[in-house]
Amino acid sequence: MSALLDSLADGFEGDAARRNALASALADGLPTKRAERWKYTSLRTLEQRTFAASATLLSPVDAAFIADMPAPRLTFVNGRFDASLSEIAALPDGIALQPLAQALAEGDTRETAFLGRRFDQADETFARLNAALALDGAVLRVAEGVQVNAPLHLVFIGTPADADIAWHARSLIELRIGACLTVVEHHLATGDHTHLGNALMHVHLAAGAQLRHARVQHEAVRATLIARTDAVLARDATYRRIDVELGAGLSRHELNVRLEGERARLQAHGVLLADGSRHIDTRLCIEHIARDTTCDLLWRGLASGRGRVVFHGGITIRAGADGSDARLSNKNLLLSAGAEIDAQPVLEIHADEVKAAHGATVGRLDETALFYLRSRGLPLADARALLVAAFCREPLRVLDDAALAAMLEAHVDAALARAEVA
Amino acid sequence: MLKIENLHVRVAGKDILKGLTLEVQAGQVHAIMGPNGAGKSTLGNVLAGREGYEVVEGSATYEGRDLLALEPEQRAAAGLFLAFQYPVEIPGVNNTYFLRAAFNAQRKARGEPELDSMQFLRRVREKLQVLHLKDDLLNRGVNEGFSGGEKKRNEIFQLAVLEPKLAILDETDSGLDIDALRNVAEGVNALRSPERAFLVITHYQRLLDYIRPDVVHVLADGRIVESGGPELALELEEHGYAWIKDRIAPETTTR
Repeated sequence: MSALLDSLADGFEGDAARRNALASALADGLPTKRAERWKYTSLRTLEQRTFAASATLLSPVDAAFIADMPAPRLTFVNGRFDASLSEIAALPDGIALQPLAQALAEGDTRETAFLGRRFDQADETFARLNAALALDGAVLRVAEGVQVNAPLHLVFIGTPADADIAWHARSLIELRIGACLTVVEHHLATGDHTHLGNALMHVHLAAGAQLRHARVQHEAVRATLIARTDAVLARDATYRRIDVELGAGLSRHELNVRLEGERARLQAHGVLLADGSRHIDTRLCIEHIARDTTCDLLWRGLASGRGRVVFHGGITIRAGADGSDARLSNKNLLLSAGAEIDAQPVLEIHADEVKAAHGATVGRLDETALFYLRSRGLPLADARALLVAAFCREPLRVLDDAALAAMLEAHVDAALARAEVA
Repeated sequence: MLKIENLHVRVAGKDILKGLTLEVQAGQVHAIMGPNGAGKSTLGNVLAGREGYEVVEGSATYEGRDLLALEPEQRAAAGLFLAFQYPVEIPGVNNTYFLRAAFNAQRKARGEPELDSMQFLRRVREKLQVLHLKDDLLNRGVNEGFSGGEKKRNEIFQLAVLEPKLAILDETDSGLDIDALRNVAEGVNALRSPERAFLVITHYQRLLDYIRPDVVHVLADGRIVESGGPELALELEEHGYAWIKDRIAPETTTR
């Protein structure tokens, strides 16, 4: 048994389905490095730690913290909904947004049916724990044909508390036929804390729906965050997302996308920064199931100090998914001798007439470019900073929105300044 | 301004410059011509401070300072500029941002006040006009997706903005069509002044029809084997580089 699982199960209250999920998590335990999907990320240290459940009484978070995130906005502090930092009163017509705890309290099973999903794999421990223990999260639904331009903000704030806290958030974004929305998901900290966050998000895009989704993970540098995003796209749906992983001591994100309908399109870009002794693990699992589906994956990783970046870019083109087009570009910069990057592009093709291109590189800053900049008068440190910042900037263009790109750039620049690589 | 004496340079264990001596005065334009492999680009790179060029003997003095002891950025701040033979593409770095950062870094190093973005933009627009360049150059990534000609023009544009005292043009004419060549030459000519010197490295005489040099040197097998006036370039054009083999014969036989 592990101290971690014991502490999470302590005081469990829930129905039979939740009890089953918890029982399966406890029975199989935490995945070890022998599990293929956890080969590069060890949970041994985490396994020895204990966490308290997220309390409803919270240390207040200064409203200035969310000042640059306009409404509509749903905010969670240490995993619990915070009404004072949220603004969902004046939602555009056709958008339903509420905290999961509220949907559960109202007992509306249509709103919470997604919680019934079972996780069958032995290494899906965190998803099972989430199924058993999630008390809150965001439930967001957009009605057919509703198109909204202004971004909607989902904010998850970690804040120091008396004890280390574990929180489990379960969220849903559902766009009905032809709906169009932009969501920005923030994972931020008000100060140094060592909590454990376990976030599971479902994304359902109906035919022709379009979702733009930015996820900024800029948590406290000693925090642990286990996140998983499961998306399903119907025909002609478009999902464009950017993941910016800049914080947390251990951050694991699984992005699973099923392209189930013909001509469904995924563009998923990301920046992964591991400085200090931070460990960033991102695992993509993209499945082309229907014909003429496309994915465009552009990821950049940077490791400095004793930091470690793990990137797994998995693309499967199933039998029958003819005419699919899959692209993966993964470039990584190793900025110090003690840093490590494990990049693994995996392409499995079971269909005919597909286009697929993938490449992964790990390298250092280009000496010729450095010399070019220095020959124009830039000191070495400035030249390096400029090249590193440019390297990180490439994926940020994906959402095609200047304000969002500027916000993401500001986060990246701040993280690079902290990492002293820029 | 620049005094190179008996310079010996090794690249990847191979001797490339073998006792090069050259002196350039302020206000002068010197052309360095020579066959492929003579060491022309090595000369430009070693003067600008590129890594991997090992100076085994000799000296290079710039305005009385030991040039070879300076970092590349210190050389730039001191007024040296190298227009690259192959300008580097740096996606994601905005051309104007980069140039202003470089410009202000140089001024800071010299203890001069930095320009704010408005002042800098005004300066940049003036230079664009002189060089007949389009505005959109400013907002693109540094050389990102530029054609060969655009890259070379961008080098001259940077030269114009940074206003160095000694500009080294490393085969800036290679790969240019006649219009681009004329543009580039006009840009250079507009910058000629009694305080500024140019070292124009080229394989072909063609560029020198547009940029009239004061002195022409022939670089072969790592040394200057012949120096003369503009007429020397024409001679080379007519006879090619074959005849200079005689000049280097005494030493090549001892190799």
